[in-house]
Amino acid sequence: MTASRIWHISFNTFREAVRDRVLYNLVFFALLMVGSAPLFGQISVGLERIVLVNLGLAAISIFGVVIAIFIGIGLVSKEIERKTLYTVLSRPVRRWEFILGKYFGLAGTLAVNTFFMAVGFFAVLVFVTKSLAASDAQLLIAIYFIILQFLVITAITLLFSTFSSPLLSALFAFGLFLIGSFADDLRGLARMVEGPQHSLLMGLSYIVPNFGAMNVVSQVAHQQSVPATLILHNTLYAFLYAAAALSAATLIFENRNLK
Amino acid sequence: MNVIEISGLRKSYSVGFFKKTEKVALKGLSLEVREGEVFGYLGPNGAGKTTTLKLLMGLMFPTGGSAKILGLDIDHPRVRTSVGFLPEQPYFYDYLTASELLEYYAQLSGVPAKERSPRVKKMLGRVGLSDVANTQLRKFSKGMLQRAGIAQAIIHDPKIVFLDEPMSGLDPIGRREVRDLIEELHDEGKTIFFSTHILTDAETLCDRVAVLNKGELRGVGVVADLLSSRGATVEIVWRGTSAIASVETLGGKCHVAAEIVRAVLEKSNLDAAIDAVRRAKAELISVTPVQATLEDFFLERIAQPSETTVPAELSI
Repeated sequence: MTASRIWHISFNTFREAVRDRVLYNLVFFALLMVGSAPLFGQISVGLERIVLVNLGLAAISIFGVVIAIFIGIGLVSKEIERKTLYTVLSRPVRRWEFILGKYFGLAGTLAVNTFFMAVGFFAVLVFVTKSLAASDAQLLIAIYFIILQFLVITAITLLFSTFSSPLLSALFAFGLFLIGSFADDLRGLARMVEGPQHSLLMGLSYIVPNFGAMNVVSQVAHQQSVPATLILHNTLYAFLYAAAALSAATLIFENRNLK
Repeated sequence: MNVIEISGLRKSYSVGFFKKTEKVALKGLSLEVREGEVFGYLGPNGAGKTTTLKLLMGLMFPTGGSAKILGLDIDHPRVRTSVGFLPEQPYFYDYLTASELLEYYAQLSGVPAKERSPRVKKMLGRVGLSDVANTQLRKFSKGMLQRAGIAQAIIHDPKIVFLDEPMSGLDPIGRREVRDLIEELHDEGKTIFFSTHILTDAETLCDRVAVLNKGELRGVGVVADLLSSRGATVEIVWRGTSAIASVETLGGKCHVAAEIVRAVLEKSNLDAAIDAVRRAKAELISVTPVQATLEDFFLERIAQPSETTVPAELSI
Protein backbone atom coordinates (compact mmCIF):
# COMPACT_ATOMS: atom_id res chain seq x y z
CA MET A 1 0.00 0.00 0.00
CA THR A 2 2.79 2.40 0.90
CA ALA A 3 4.54 1.77 -2.43
CA SER A 4 1.25 2.26 -4.24
CA ARG A 5 0.58 5.61 -2.56
CA ILE A 6 4.12 6.83 -3.28
CA TRP A 7 3.69 5.77 -6.90
CA HIS A 8 0.38 7.65 -7.25
CA ILE A 9 1.83 10.82 -5.72
CA SER A 10 4.90 10.51 -7.98
CA PHE A 11 2.77 10.05 -11.05
CA ASN A 12 0.63 13.06 -10.15
CA THR A 13 3.76 15.18 -9.63
CA PHE A 14 5.07 14.03 -12.99
CA ARG A 15 1.69 14.81 -14.59
CA GLU A 16 1.70 18.30 -13.06
CA ALA A 17 5.17 18.98 -14.44
CA VAL A 18 4.45 17.76 -17.96
CA ARG A 19 1.28 19.87 -18.10
CA ASP A 20 3.22 22.98 -17.13
CA ARG A 21 4.07 25.17 -20.13
CA VAL A 22 7.11 26.61 -18.38
CA LEU A 23 8.75 23.20 -18.56
CA TYR A 24 8.39 23.11 -22.33
CA ASN A 25 9.86 26.58 -22.64
CA LEU A 26 12.91 25.52 -20.68
CA VAL A 27 13.35 22.29 -22.65
CA PHE A 28 12.93 24.25 -25.88
CA PHE A 29 15.70 26.67 -24.89
CA ALA A 30 17.95 23.80 -23.84
CA LEU A 31 17.45 22.08 -27.21
CA LEU A 32 17.99 25.41 -28.98
CA MET A 33 21.28 25.82 -27.17
CA VAL A 34 22.36 22.28 -28.01
CA GLY A 35 21.29 22.80 -31.61
CA SER A 36 23.21 26.05 -31.95
CA ALA A 37 26.44 24.53 -30.64
CA PRO A 38 27.77 23.69 -34.17
CA LEU A 39 27.61 27.40 -35.02
CA PHE A 40 29.99 28.16 -32.14
CA GLY A 41 32.17 25.25 -33.19
CA GLN A 42 32.73 26.77 -36.62
CA ILE A 43 34.55 29.68 -35.00
CA SER A 44 37.43 27.36 -34.11
CA VAL A 45 38.39 25.01 -36.89
CA GLY A 46 38.84 21.41 -35.70
CA LEU A 47 37.31 22.08 -32.33
CA GLU A 48 33.67 21.55 -33.30
CA ARG A 49 33.30 18.37 -31.30
CA ILE A 50 34.86 19.82 -28.12
CA VAL A 51 32.73 22.95 -28.29
CA LEU A 52 29.62 20.95 -29.07
CA VAL A 53 30.13 18.52 -26.16
CA ASN A 54 30.96 21.30 -23.70
CA LEU A 55 28.08 23.49 -24.74
CA GLY A 56 25.57 20.67 -25.20
CA LEU A 57 26.20 18.97 -21.88
CA ALA A 58 26.38 22.31 -20.07
CA ALA A 59 22.95 23.16 -21.51
CA ILE A 60 21.49 19.84 -20.35
CA SER A 61 22.96 20.37 -16.89
CA ILE A 62 22.03 24.04 -16.41
CA PHE A 63 18.49 23.74 -17.73
CA GLY A 64 17.95 20.57 -15.74
CA VAL A 65 19.08 22.31 -12.56
CA VAL A 66 16.83 25.27 -13.36
CA ILE A 67 13.88 22.90 -13.86
CA ALA A 68 14.72 20.97 -10.66
CA ILE A 69 14.87 24.15 -8.60
CA PHE A 70 11.99 25.91 -10.33
CA ILE A 71 9.60 23.01 -9.81
CA GLY A 72 11.19 21.74 -6.61
CA ILE A 73 10.72 24.96 -4.63
CA GLY A 74 6.96 24.63 -4.92
CA LEU A 75 6.68 20.90 -4.34
CA VAL A 76 5.65 21.25 -0.70
CA SER A 77 5.22 24.98 -0.07
CA LYS A 78 2.82 25.45 -3.00
CA GLU A 79 0.74 22.52 -1.80
CA ILE A 80 0.50 24.10 1.66
CA GLU A 81 -0.23 27.56 0.28
CA ARG A 82 -3.00 26.27 -2.00
CA LYS A 83 -4.27 23.82 0.62
CA THR A 84 -4.14 20.94 -1.86
CA LEU A 85 -2.07 19.13 0.73
CA TYR A 86 -4.99 19.10 3.19
CA THR A 87 -7.06 16.75 1.07
CA VAL A 88 -4.06 14.47 0.59
CA LEU A 89 -2.85 14.23 4.19
CA SER A 90 -6.38 13.79 5.56
CA ARG A 91 -6.30 10.42 3.76
CA PRO A 92 -4.27 7.37 4.74
CA VAL A 93 -1.13 9.02 3.38
CA ARG A 94 1.84 9.39 5.69
CA ARG A 95 3.88 12.55 5.46
CA TRP A 96 7.07 10.72 4.53
CA GLU A 97 5.19 8.97 1.73
CA PHE A 98 4.16 12.36 0.41
CA ILE A 99 7.77 13.63 0.49
CA LEU A 100 9.08 10.53 -1.30
CA GLY A 101 6.25 10.63 -3.84
CA LYS A 102 6.98 14.26 -4.65
CA TYR A 103 10.71 13.53 -4.93
CA PHE A 104 10.36 10.57 -7.24
CA GLY A 105 7.83 12.47 -9.35
CA LEU A 106 10.21 15.35 -9.98
CA ALA A 107 13.22 13.04 -10.36
CA GLY A 108 11.25 11.07 -12.96
CA THR A 109 10.35 14.29 -14.78
CA LEU A 110 14.01 15.30 -14.89
CA ALA A 111 15.07 11.85 -16.09
CA VAL A 112 12.57 11.99 -18.97
CA ASN A 113 13.63 15.56 -19.85
CA THR A 114 17.27 14.58 -19.78
CA PHE A 115 16.52 11.64 -22.05
CA PHE A 116 14.95 13.92 -24.68
CA MET A 117 17.69 16.53 -24.36
CA ALA A 118 20.31 13.77 -24.67
CA VAL A 119 18.62 12.45 -27.82
CA GLY A 120 18.76 16.00 -29.25
CA PHE A 121 22.39 16.31 -28.23
CA PHE A 122 23.43 13.04 -29.89
CA ALA A 123 21.48 13.93 -33.03
CA VAL A 124 23.44 17.18 -33.33
CA LEU A 125 26.69 15.32 -32.56
CA VAL A 126 26.06 12.83 -35.36
CA PHE A 127 25.11 15.70 -37.68
CA VAL A 128 28.39 17.51 -36.96
CA THR A 129 30.85 14.61 -36.73
CA LYS A 130 29.03 12.41 -39.27
CA SER A 131 29.73 9.36 -37.09
CA LEU A 132 29.73 8.04 -33.54
CA ALA A 133 32.90 6.52 -32.06
CA ALA A 134 33.06 3.92 -29.26
CA SER A 135 34.69 6.58 -27.08
CA ASP A 136 31.48 8.59 -27.33
CA ALA A 137 29.98 6.14 -24.81
CA GLN A 138 31.87 8.24 -22.26
CA LEU A 139 29.35 10.96 -23.01
CA LEU A 140 26.68 8.73 -21.50
CA ILE A 141 28.67 8.64 -18.28
CA ALA A 142 28.77 12.43 -18.23
CA ILE A 143 25.00 12.48 -18.74
CA TYR A 144 24.59 9.88 -15.98
CA PHE A 145 26.57 12.18 -13.64
CA ILE A 146 24.32 15.09 -14.63
CA ILE A 147 21.32 12.97 -13.61
CA LEU A 148 23.05 12.26 -10.29
CA GLN A 149 23.42 16.01 -9.82
CA PHE A 150 19.69 16.39 -10.45
CA LEU A 151 18.88 13.74 -7.84
CA VAL A 152 20.90 15.65 -5.25
CA ILE A 153 19.69 19.15 -6.12
CA THR A 154 16.06 17.95 -6.22
CA ALA A 155 16.39 16.47 -2.72
CA ILE A 156 18.01 19.67 -1.45
CA THR A 157 15.34 21.88 -3.02
CA LEU A 158 12.63 19.68 -1.57
CA LEU A 159 14.27 19.99 1.85
CA PHE A 160 14.18 23.80 1.62
CA SER A 161 10.61 23.66 0.34
CA THR A 162 9.45 21.98 3.58
CA PHE A 163 10.26 24.99 5.75
CA SER A 164 10.94 27.99 3.56
CA SER A 165 9.18 30.22 1.04
CA PRO A 166 9.65 29.45 -2.69
CA LEU A 167 11.86 32.52 -3.22
CA LEU A 168 14.18 31.72 -0.33
CA SER A 169 14.23 28.04 -1.28
CA ALA A 170 15.32 28.98 -4.80
CA LEU A 171 18.07 31.27 -3.46
CA PHE A 172 19.34 28.63 -1.02
CA ALA A 173 19.28 25.87 -3.64
CA PHE A 174 21.02 27.94 -6.34
CA GLY A 175 23.56 29.13 -3.78
CA LEU A 176 24.30 25.59 -2.69
CA PHE A 177 24.56 24.43 -6.30
CA LEU A 178 27.11 27.15 -7.07
CA ILE A 179 29.18 26.53 -3.93
CA GLY A 180 28.91 22.76 -4.45
CA SER A 181 30.20 23.13 -8.02
CA PHE A 182 33.38 24.60 -6.57
CA ALA A 183 33.67 22.33 -3.51
CA ASP A 184 37.16 21.20 -4.49
CA ASP A 185 38.31 24.81 -4.91
CA LEU A 186 36.86 25.56 -1.49
CA ARG A 187 38.98 22.73 -0.08
CA GLY A 188 42.03 24.17 -1.84
CA LEU A 189 41.29 27.56 -0.33
CA ALA A 190 40.97 25.98 3.11
CA ARG A 191 44.46 24.51 2.78
CA MET A 192 45.85 27.98 2.14
CA VAL A 193 44.57 29.48 5.38
CA GLU A 194 45.08 28.57 9.02
CA GLY A 195 43.20 28.70 12.28
CA PRO A 196 39.43 28.75 12.59
CA GLN A 197 39.00 29.85 8.96
CA HIS A 198 40.72 26.64 7.87
CA SER A 199 38.33 24.47 9.91
CA LEU A 200 35.35 26.49 8.79
CA LEU A 201 36.16 26.33 5.08
CA MET A 202 37.18 22.68 5.26
CA GLY A 203 34.00 21.77 7.13
CA LEU A 204 31.91 23.71 4.63
CA SER A 205 33.59 22.02 1.68
CA TYR A 206 32.56 18.62 3.06
CA ILE A 207 29.01 19.66 3.99
CA VAL A 208 28.05 21.19 0.64
CA PRO A 209 27.23 18.69 -2.11
CA ASN A 210 30.30 18.10 -4.24
CA PHE A 211 28.84 18.82 -7.67
CA GLY A 212 32.35 19.46 -8.99
CA ALA A 213 33.17 15.75 -8.69
CA MET A 214 30.09 14.95 -10.79
CA ASN A 215 31.18 17.21 -13.62
CA VAL A 216 33.27 15.30 -16.16
CA VAL A 217 32.14 17.32 -19.18
CA SER A 218 35.59 18.68 -19.92
CA GLN A 219 37.15 15.18 -19.66
CA VAL A 220 34.70 13.53 -22.02
CA ALA A 221 34.88 16.49 -24.43
CA HIS A 222 38.60 15.70 -24.76
CA GLN A 223 37.76 11.99 -25.11
CA GLN A 224 39.44 11.04 -21.83
CA SER A 225 37.98 8.01 -20.09
CA VAL A 226 36.19 8.26 -16.76
CA PRO A 227 37.49 5.81 -14.13
CA ALA A 228 35.05 3.15 -12.93
CA THR A 229 35.84 4.02 -9.30
CA LEU A 230 34.60 7.56 -9.88
CA ILE A 231 31.33 6.20 -11.25
CA LEU A 232 30.93 4.06 -8.14
CA HIS A 233 31.93 6.87 -5.76
CA ASN A 234 29.66 9.43 -7.38
CA THR A 235 26.73 7.00 -7.45
CA LEU A 236 27.09 6.18 -3.76
CA TYR A 237 27.72 9.79 -2.83
CA ALA A 238 24.68 11.09 -4.73
CA PHE A 239 22.35 8.45 -3.31
CA LEU A 240 23.58 8.96 0.25
CA TYR A 241 23.43 12.75 -0.02
CA ALA A 242 19.92 12.67 -1.50
CA ALA A 243 18.81 10.18 1.18
CA ALA A 244 20.20 12.44 3.92
CA ALA A 245 18.46 15.51 2.47
CA LEU A 246 15.18 13.60 2.12
CA SER A 247 15.47 12.30 5.69
CA ALA A 248 15.94 15.86 6.93
CA ALA A 249 12.98 17.01 4.80
CA THR A 250 10.81 14.25 6.27
CA LEU A 251 11.90 15.04 9.81
CA ILE A 252 10.96 18.71 9.40
CA PHE A 253 7.74 17.98 7.56
CA GLU A 254 6.58 15.32 10.03
CA ASN A 255 6.54 17.93 12.81
CA ARG A 256 5.21 20.84 10.83
CA ASN A 257 1.83 22.36 11.68
CA LEU A 258 -0.03 23.11 8.46
CA LYS A 259 -1.53 26.49 9.34
CA MET B 1 -22.65 5.92 20.25
CA ASN B 2 -20.15 8.76 20.08
CA VAL B 3 -18.04 8.71 16.93
CA ILE B 4 -16.05 11.83 17.78
CA GLU B 5 -14.82 12.42 21.32
CA ILE B 6 -12.80 15.53 22.01
CA SER B 7 -11.40 16.04 25.48
CA GLY B 8 -9.64 19.21 26.61
CA LEU B 9 -8.20 19.82 23.14
CA ARG B 10 -5.89 22.81 23.16
CA LYS B 11 -3.82 24.55 20.53
CA SER B 12 -1.50 27.49 20.95
CA TYR B 13 1.10 29.08 18.71
CA SER B 14 4.17 31.19 19.23
CA VAL B 15 3.86 34.41 17.29
CA GLY B 16 6.45 37.12 16.67
CA PHE B 17 9.99 36.83 15.45
CA PHE B 18 12.22 38.20 18.20
CA LYS B 19 9.74 38.54 21.04
CA LYS B 20 7.68 35.38 21.04
CA THR B 21 4.20 35.57 22.48
CA GLU B 22 1.74 32.76 22.86
CA LYS B 23 -1.53 32.90 20.92
CA VAL B 24 -4.15 30.44 22.07
CA ALA B 25 -6.37 29.26 19.20
CA LEU B 26 -8.30 26.60 21.11
CA LYS B 27 -8.80 26.58 24.87
CA GLY B 28 -9.45 23.10 26.16
CA LEU B 29 -12.30 22.04 23.88
CA SER B 30 -14.45 19.10 25.02
CA LEU B 31 -17.14 17.81 22.71
CA GLU B 32 -18.88 14.65 21.59
CA VAL B 33 -20.57 13.91 18.28
CA ARG B 34 -22.97 11.00 17.94
CA GLU B 35 -23.15 8.49 15.13
CA GLY B 36 -25.35 9.49 12.21
CA GLU B 37 -26.01 13.06 13.26
CA VAL B 38 -25.43 16.31 11.39
CA PHE B 39 -23.39 18.37 13.78
CA GLY B 40 -23.00 22.09 13.15
CA TYR B 41 -19.89 23.78 14.45
CA LEU B 42 -20.70 27.46 14.63
CA GLY B 43 -18.62 30.48 15.35
CA PRO B 44 -17.54 33.82 13.93
CA ASN B 45 -14.37 34.10 11.84
CA GLY B 46 -11.31 33.38 13.95
CA ALA B 47 -13.27 31.41 16.55
CA GLY B 48 -11.10 28.30 16.15
CA LYS B 49 -13.37 26.19 13.91
CA THR B 50 -10.78 25.52 11.21
CA THR B 51 -8.11 24.90 13.84
CA THR B 52 -10.33 22.22 15.40
CA LEU B 53 -10.85 20.54 12.03
CA LYS B 54 -7.15 20.66 11.20
CA LEU B 55 -6.33 19.07 14.55
CA LEU B 56 -8.86 16.31 13.94
CA MET B 57 -7.47 15.72 10.45
CA GLY B 58 -3.88 15.48 11.69
CA LEU B 59 -2.80 18.57 9.78
CA MET B 60 -1.83 20.25 13.04
CA PHE B 61 -0.68 18.82 16.34
CA PRO B 62 -2.47 19.67 19.59
CA THR B 63 -0.57 21.32 22.44
CA GLY B 64 -2.85 19.60 24.95
CA GLY B 65 -5.82 17.31 25.36
CA SER B 66 -6.85 14.45 23.14
CA ALA B 67 -9.40 13.45 20.53
CA LYS B 68 -10.75 10.15 19.29
CA ILE B 69 -12.55 9.31 16.08
CA LEU B 70 -14.45 6.02 15.99
CA GLY B 71 -12.77 5.10 19.26
CA LEU B 72 -9.24 5.49 17.87
CA ASP B 73 -6.74 8.25 18.58
CA ILE B 74 -6.74 10.81 15.80
CA ASP B 75 -3.19 9.93 14.77
CA HIS B 76 -4.09 6.26 14.28
CA PRO B 77 -3.61 5.35 10.57
CA ARG B 78 -6.98 3.53 10.38
CA VAL B 79 -8.86 6.72 11.24
CA ARG B 80 -7.97 8.26 7.87
CA THR B 81 -9.73 5.55 5.88
CA SER B 82 -13.01 6.29 7.67
CA VAL B 83 -13.12 10.06 7.32
CA GLY B 84 -13.61 12.46 4.43
CA PHE B 85 -12.57 16.11 4.56
CA LEU B 86 -13.45 19.21 2.59
CA PRO B 87 -11.24 22.16 3.57
CA GLU B 88 -12.48 25.75 3.60
CA GLN B 89 -12.33 27.39 0.15
CA PRO B 90 -10.66 24.37 -1.37
CA TYR B 91 -8.23 24.63 -4.25
CA PHE B 92 -7.61 21.45 -6.14
CA TYR B 93 -4.99 20.46 -8.67
CA ASP B 94 -6.32 22.60 -11.48
CA TYR B 95 -4.36 20.81 -14.19
CA LEU B 96 -6.43 17.69 -13.55
CA THR B 97 -9.86 16.96 -14.95
CA ALA B 98 -12.70 16.27 -12.53
CA SER B 99 -12.51 12.56 -13.20
CA GLU B 100 -8.68 12.48 -12.85
CA LEU B 101 -8.98 14.30 -9.54
CA LEU B 102 -11.45 11.80 -8.11
CA GLU B 103 -9.43 8.89 -9.50
CA TYR B 104 -6.32 10.26 -7.76
CA TYR B 105 -8.06 10.66 -4.40
CA ALA B 106 -9.62 7.20 -4.74
CA GLN B 107 -6.12 5.80 -5.32
CA LEU B 108 -4.75 7.55 -2.24
CA SER B 109 -7.69 6.35 -0.14
CA GLY B 110 -7.01 2.74 -1.07
CA VAL B 111 -10.13 2.15 -3.18
CA PRO B 112 -9.46 -1.13 -5.07
CA ALA B 113 -8.44 -0.58 -8.72
CA LYS B 114 -11.45 -2.35 -10.27
CA GLU B 115 -13.90 -0.27 -8.20
CA ARG B 116 -12.32 3.10 -8.93
CA SER B 117 -13.65 3.86 -12.37
CA PRO B 118 -17.32 3.01 -11.69
CA ARG B 119 -17.17 4.84 -8.38
CA VAL B 120 -15.70 7.97 -9.98
CA LYS B 121 -18.47 7.94 -12.59
CA LYS B 122 -21.14 7.44 -9.95
CA MET B 123 -19.75 10.22 -7.77
CA LEU B 124 -19.52 12.68 -10.67
CA GLY B 125 -23.16 11.94 -11.46
CA ARG B 126 -24.13 12.38 -7.85
CA VAL B 127 -22.64 15.87 -7.59
CA GLY B 128 -23.87 16.83 -11.06
CA LEU B 129 -20.47 17.01 -12.76
CA SER B 130 -20.85 14.17 -15.30
CA ASP B 131 -20.99 16.62 -18.21
CA VAL B 132 -17.68 18.18 -17.26
CA ALA B 133 -15.91 14.99 -16.20
CA ASN B 134 -13.12 15.60 -18.71
CA THR B 135 -12.78 19.34 -18.16
CA GLN B 136 -9.78 20.66 -16.28
CA LEU B 137 -10.62 22.10 -12.88
CA ARG B 138 -9.09 25.47 -13.77
CA LYS B 139 -12.21 26.06 -15.89
CA PHE B 140 -14.61 25.30 -13.02
CA SER B 141 -16.77 27.89 -11.23
CA LYS B 142 -16.65 28.14 -7.44
CA GLY B 143 -19.85 26.15 -7.07
CA MET B 144 -18.53 23.39 -9.34
CA LEU B 145 -15.28 23.27 -7.37
CA GLN B 146 -17.22 22.93 -4.14
CA ARG B 147 -19.19 20.03 -5.59
CA ALA B 148 -15.95 18.41 -6.76
CA GLY B 149 -14.66 19.01 -3.24
CA ILE B 150 -17.59 17.17 -1.69
CA ALA B 151 -17.15 14.35 -4.21
CA GLN B 152 -13.49 13.90 -3.23
CA ALA B 153 -14.48 13.88 0.44
CA ILE B 154 -16.87 10.95 -0.05
CA ILE B 155 -15.22 9.04 -2.91
CA HIS B 156 -13.98 6.35 -0.48
CA ASP B 157 -17.36 6.04 1.26
CA PRO B 158 -16.23 7.34 4.67
CA LYS B 159 -18.29 6.97 7.86
CA ILE B 160 -17.70 10.57 8.96
CA VAL B 161 -17.52 13.60 6.68
CA PHE B 162 -15.88 16.81 7.90
CA LEU B 163 -16.81 19.91 5.94
CA ASP B 164 -15.19 23.26 6.67
CA GLU B 165 -17.49 26.12 5.66
CA PRO B 166 -19.04 24.14 2.77
CA MET B 167 -21.48 26.92 1.82
CA SER B 168 -19.05 29.81 2.10
CA GLY B 169 -18.89 32.01 -0.98
CA LEU B 170 -21.61 30.13 -2.86
CA ASP B 171 -24.65 31.72 -4.48
CA PRO B 172 -28.12 30.64 -3.28
CA ILE B 173 -28.33 27.86 -5.89
CA GLY B 174 -24.91 26.53 -4.96
CA ARG B 175 -25.81 26.62 -1.27
CA ARG B 176 -28.99 24.72 -1.96
CA GLU B 177 -27.07 22.05 -3.89
CA VAL B 178 -24.56 21.58 -1.10
CA ARG B 179 -27.37 21.50 1.47
CA ASP B 180 -29.13 18.77 -0.53
CA LEU B 181 -25.94 16.75 -0.71
CA ILE B 182 -25.48 16.98 3.06
CA GLU B 183 -29.06 15.84 3.58
CA GLU B 184 -28.49 12.89 1.24
CA LEU B 185 -25.37 11.87 3.16
CA HIS B 186 -27.30 12.14 6.40
CA ASP B 187 -30.03 9.90 4.98
CA GLU B 188 -27.35 7.34 4.16
CA GLY B 189 -26.43 7.25 7.85
CA LYS B 190 -23.16 9.14 7.62
CA THR B 191 -22.08 11.46 10.40
CA ILE B 192 -21.55 15.00 9.17
CA PHE B 193 -19.47 17.48 11.12
CA PHE B 194 -19.55 20.84 9.43
CA SER B 195 -18.37 24.25 10.44
CA THR B 196 -20.20 27.33 9.30
CA HIS B 197 -21.03 30.88 10.14
CA ILE B 198 -24.15 30.80 7.95
CA LEU B 199 -26.71 30.15 10.67
CA THR B 200 -29.75 29.52 8.51
CA ASP B 201 -27.97 26.54 6.96
CA ALA B 202 -27.11 25.17 10.38
CA GLU B 203 -30.67 25.66 11.56
CA THR B 204 -32.03 23.80 8.54
CA LEU B 205 -29.57 20.92 8.54
CA CYS B 206 -28.25 20.23 11.99
CA ASP B 207 -29.42 17.82 14.64
CA ARG B 208 -27.12 19.46 17.13
CA VAL B 209 -24.85 22.48 17.11
CA ALA B 210 -21.96 23.82 19.12
CA VAL B 211 -21.09 27.49 19.36
CA LEU B 212 -17.43 28.44 19.56
CA ASN B 213 -15.97 31.88 20.14
CA LYS B 214 -12.34 32.90 20.67
CA GLY B 215 -11.33 29.26 21.02
CA GLU B 216 -13.91 28.53 23.74
CA LEU B 217 -17.04 26.44 23.58
CA ARG B 218 -20.02 28.66 24.37
CA GLY B 219 -22.84 26.16 24.08
CA VAL B 220 -23.81 22.85 22.60
CA GLY B 221 -27.09 21.05 22.22
CA VAL B 222 -30.08 20.02 20.10
CA VAL B 223 -31.17 22.94 17.90
CA ALA B 224 -34.85 22.78 18.97
CA ASP B 225 -33.89 22.68 22.65
CA LEU B 226 -31.54 25.60 22.28
CA LEU B 227 -34.26 27.68 20.66
CA SER B 228 -37.01 26.76 23.10
CA SER B 229 -34.69 27.53 26.00
CA ARG B 230 -34.72 31.17 25.00
CA GLY B 231 -38.30 31.62 26.33
CA ALA B 232 -41.35 32.39 24.25
CA THR B 233 -41.94 35.98 23.16
CA VAL B 234 -44.80 37.66 21.32
CA GLU B 235 -45.17 40.76 19.22
CA ILE B 236 -48.19 42.94 19.85
CA VAL B 237 -49.18 45.75 17.45
CA TRP B 238 -51.72 48.51 18.10
CA ARG B 239 -52.66 51.97 16.86
CA GLY B 240 -52.24 54.93 19.24
CA THR B 241 -49.39 55.92 21.54
CA SER B 242 -51.33 56.18 24.81
CA ALA B 243 -50.57 52.63 26.03
CA ILE B 244 -46.79 52.74 25.51
CA ALA B 245 -45.87 53.57 29.10
CA SER B 246 -48.03 50.75 30.51
CA VAL B 247 -46.64 48.15 28.08
CA GLU B 248 -43.08 49.23 28.76
CA THR B 249 -43.59 48.61 32.47
CA LEU B 250 -44.40 45.00 31.48
CA GLY B 251 -40.97 44.66 29.88
CA GLY B 252 -42.09 45.38 26.32
CA LYS B 253 -39.71 47.09 23.92
CA CYS B 254 -41.83 49.57 21.91
CA HIS B 255 -41.12 50.91 18.43
CA VAL B 256 -43.40 53.65 17.08
CA ALA B 257 -43.90 54.40 13.39
CA ALA B 258 -46.77 56.58 12.11
CA GLU B 259 -49.05 56.01 15.13
CA ILE B 260 -48.47 52.24 14.87
CA VAL B 261 -46.73 50.77 17.92
CA ARG B 262 -44.96 47.41 17.89
CA ALA B 263 -43.85 45.82 21.15
CA VAL B 264 -42.07 42.54 21.80
CA LEU B 265 -42.52 41.09 25.27
CA GLU B 266 -42.59 37.78 27.10
CA LYS B 267 -45.63 35.62 26.45
CA SER B 268 -46.51 35.54 30.16
CA ASN B 269 -47.14 39.31 30.08
CA LEU B 270 -49.35 39.20 26.98
CA ASP B 271 -52.74 39.34 28.76
CA ALA B 272 -51.66 42.29 30.89
CA ALA B 273 -50.38 44.10 27.80
CA ILE B 274 -53.68 43.53 25.91
CA ASP B 275 -55.58 44.86 28.96
CA ALA B 276 -53.34 47.94 28.98
CA VAL B 277 -54.04 48.59 25.29
CA ARG B 278 -57.80 48.19 25.81
CA ARG B 279 -57.78 50.45 28.87
CA ALA B 280 -56.08 53.13 26.79
CA LYS B 281 -58.85 52.68 24.18
CA ALA B 282 -56.20 51.98 21.50
CA GLU B 283 -56.99 49.83 18.48
CA LEU B 284 -55.39 46.38 18.76
CA ILE B 285 -54.10 45.29 15.32
CA SER B 286 -52.29 41.96 15.82
CA VAL B 287 -50.66 39.54 18.24
CA THR B 288 -47.96 37.27 16.74
CA PRO B 289 -45.70 34.68 18.41
CA VAL B 290 -42.02 35.49 17.79
CA GLN B 291 -39.98 32.52 16.53
CA ALA B 292 -36.59 32.28 18.22
CA THR B 293 -33.77 31.73 15.74
CA LEU B 294 -30.39 30.13 15.98
CA GLU B 295 -28.97 33.53 15.16
CA ASP B 296 -30.45 34.95 18.38
CA PHE B 297 -28.91 32.10 20.36
CA PHE B 298 -25.60 32.46 18.55
CA LEU B 299 -25.37 36.21 19.08
CA GLU B 300 -26.33 35.86 22.73
CA ARG B 301 -23.68 33.18 23.29
CA ILE B 302 -20.80 34.90 21.57
CA ALA B 303 -21.60 38.14 23.40
CA GLN B 304 -21.13 36.44 26.77
CA PRO B 305 -17.88 37.08 28.60
CA SER B 306 -15.67 34.01 28.72
CA GLU B 307 -16.16 33.41 32.49
CA THR B 308 -19.78 32.45 31.88
CA THR B 309 -18.82 29.76 29.41
CA VAL B 310 -20.40 26.39 30.00
CA PRO B 311 -17.70 23.88 29.10
CA ALA B 312 -19.48 20.83 27.80
CA GLU B 313 -22.67 19.19 26.77
CA LEU B 314 -26.04 20.93 26.71
CA SER B 315 -25.35 24.33 28.06
CA ILE B 316 -28.88 25.55 27.46
